[in-house]
Amino acid sequence: MAQIVIQNLKKQFGDFTAVRESSFTIEDGEFFMLLGPSGCGKTTTLRMIAGLELPTSGNIYLDGEDIAQRPPSQRDIAFVFQMFALYPHMNVRKNISYPLVSQGMQRAQVKAKVAEVAGILGIEDILDRPVGGLSGGDRQRVALGRAIVREPKAFMMDEPLGALDAEFREHMAEELRALHDRMGATTVYVTHDQLEAMQMGDKIVVMNNAVVEQFGTPQEIYDKPATMFVADFIGSPSMNFLKFNGKLGAAASDITLHNQSFAIPQSREPFEGDMAFGVRPEHIKLSDDAPFRAEILASEYLGTTQIVTLQTHGGEVKARAPAQQVAKPGETVGLEFDPATITLFDRQSGRALKSELNEGVLHG
Amino acid sequence: MAEVSLKNVSKAFGKTQAVDDISMTIDDGAFVVLLGPTGAGKTTTLRLISGLEKLDSGSVQIGGRDVGLETPAQRDVAMVFQQYSLYPHMSVRDNLAFPLRSPILKTPEDVIAAKVQQIAEILQIPHKLDNKATELSGGEMQRVSIGRALVRDPQIYLMDEPLSSLDAKLRADLRVELKRIQADLGSTLLYVTHDQIEAMTMATQIGVLEEGRLVQYGSPKDIYENPNSVYVASRLGLPRINILPSALFPGTHKGTQIGLRPENIRQGDGIDATVLRSEHLGDQTRLHLDVQGHPITTLTDPHQDYASNTTIKISPQNPLYFDADGARAI
Repeated sequence: MAQIVIQNLKKQFGDFTAVRESSFTIEDGEFFMLLGPSGCGKTTTLRMIAGLELPTSGNIYLDGEDIAQRPPSQRDIAFVFQMFALYPHMNVRKNISYPLVSQGMQRAQVKAKVAEVAGILGIEDILDRPVGGLSGGDRQRVALGRAIVREPKAFMMDEPLGALDAEFREHMAEELRALHDRMGATTVYVTHDQLEAMQMGDKIVVMNNAVVEQFGTPQEIYDKPATMFVADFIGSPSMNFLKFNGKLGAAASDITLHNQSFAIPQSREPFEGDMAFGVRPEHIKLSDDAPFRAEILASEYLGTTQIVTLQTHGGEVKARAPAQQVAKPGETVGLEFDPATITLFDRQSGRALKSELNEGVLHG
Repeated sequence: MAEVSLKNVSKAFGKTQAVDDISMTIDDGAFVVLLGPTGAGKTTTLRLISGLEKLDSGSVQIGGRDVGLETPAQRDVAMVFQQYSLYPHMSVRDNLAFPLRSPILKTPEDVIAAKVQQIAEILQIPHKLDNKATELSGGEMQRVSIGRALVRDPQIYLMDEPLSSLDAKLRADLRVELKRIQADLGSTLLYVTHDQIEAMTMATQIGVLEEGRLVQYGSPKDIYENPNSVYVASRLGLPRINILPSALFPGTHKGTQIGLRPENIRQGDGIDATVLRSEHLGDQTRLHLDVQGHPITTLTDPHQDYASNTTIKISPQNPLYFDADGARAI
């Protein structure tokens, strides 16, 4: 199907910069997530790929051809919106056939095509029903059917599950991903939900304030965040930042914060000043005799694990501990950090400092 | 604060039996969460206690007093709703003071001022007291509406999904905060939600509702580890518990259905399972498996990678057993 290359893409609305010089590559057949908070430019990026907005500058290559300034109809891309806009006066079959009929396809061929798509989506039994009485899930399947039936080079989806309740969303996310695995079509998917992005995506672009903060596989982004924003946005609870002022040697394998020394992945750049010691909740161990002390503020039971909130010299942290471990609010415990997973950040710029761990992943 | 007890409480709307013979006791100082999907009767139960709905049958006692015929005001309960409704023309301070200025309570102004200040500090909004209610963010507005209930010292606080309209980060913060406030004040609280994380993390007791009936009542740990039906077992735990025919696994079984939480599946020995897909969520990796046409979800080490269609061996660990009709088999 299609490879999409985004090169120095930029979009301005008057004085407002919605997307600033973004570059990334979406490989053929990938399920690709554009992730970020509202207003970060993810939807604008998607709309530029689809042709619903024209970029101020930059290029978009679809299979090697620059399509940045072409109208949507010449791009062969299908768009699925958050609100499933179906034609209310038509039945399911007519809704799905519509894009083909308007292309002038022959009736017999349309019929065969619709039957095939209905089979893929498992909606053969509702083809002759009006769309008015359908459940949310079926409406969504019909909307997808209308996008799939054209066999476009790529699909653009703008928070297609945003309007659904949590339980059903989980179910549809699995269904959508399974559908992708069957069809193998390049899909670009916009969401603000980090769990959805991690769950469904082959690759993720994390955007913030019109800028691409990081681009990689879900595990890579989780383990080796390029910025404090990414570290904070991905994961629940998010990465802890112990704030301190200190000095990091050029090839140091430990760091001193609040008068205690901690092992870290070997550093690849020296630094001095305001830093944050980044550690994920599951990499903190509560241990009675560790010298780094913290007071337990709260514990939240989650079945097999619990989230323990603690007060330290470097600020509040959350640790994920086994549920059977006793953690009483008010008590003081020691904390141990898994050295191989630590990321240090320059607190001023928010940038991750280069180390053995994240070497090669981070750009710039 | 007071103990609240329900005896054989029922309520129907037309042909729909919204609440069906519920009996439960909310202990003084307890944080009870009613958990269930939309339409299970959670909100109706809450409204029956508050007096916003009339009982069809049964009785509600607050502090040992039968309140069946009392008005909501006489019952002395404080409610927080999902949609915060603040007075937009008033300051945060006046919004918080409003319930205390009600003609029934007749609170002196200096007491009101002290109380408002105290609650604002608990909710970490003292610097916002002189703002207009409309100049707040969504999270702050919801805190004010919770605060408007907290300024009072009612018999019980009744909260109906107060966090569901907030974003994920704020919800997580307020969960911790609400539990701390409740523990500090020693208040009795009944909280309605469909969010299992809220139920597990905040409750001292969870009441699980199914189609108007209270199907299990106990501590979060109790409900998670000892569910009395497939329905209850499926309410808590993410990813959801796998319910499978016991016969898939060799050996003798205590029931026809076996319930395996994703973390209770051992890898390395046992029956063949095909890997359909792995999802890297960062702190854990979910494996979607297929065993003879049955989908199974399990967890594995975050950095473990399986290609699709790999075959692995799995066996049950600490399984729960259920009868064909979904009841727990022990």
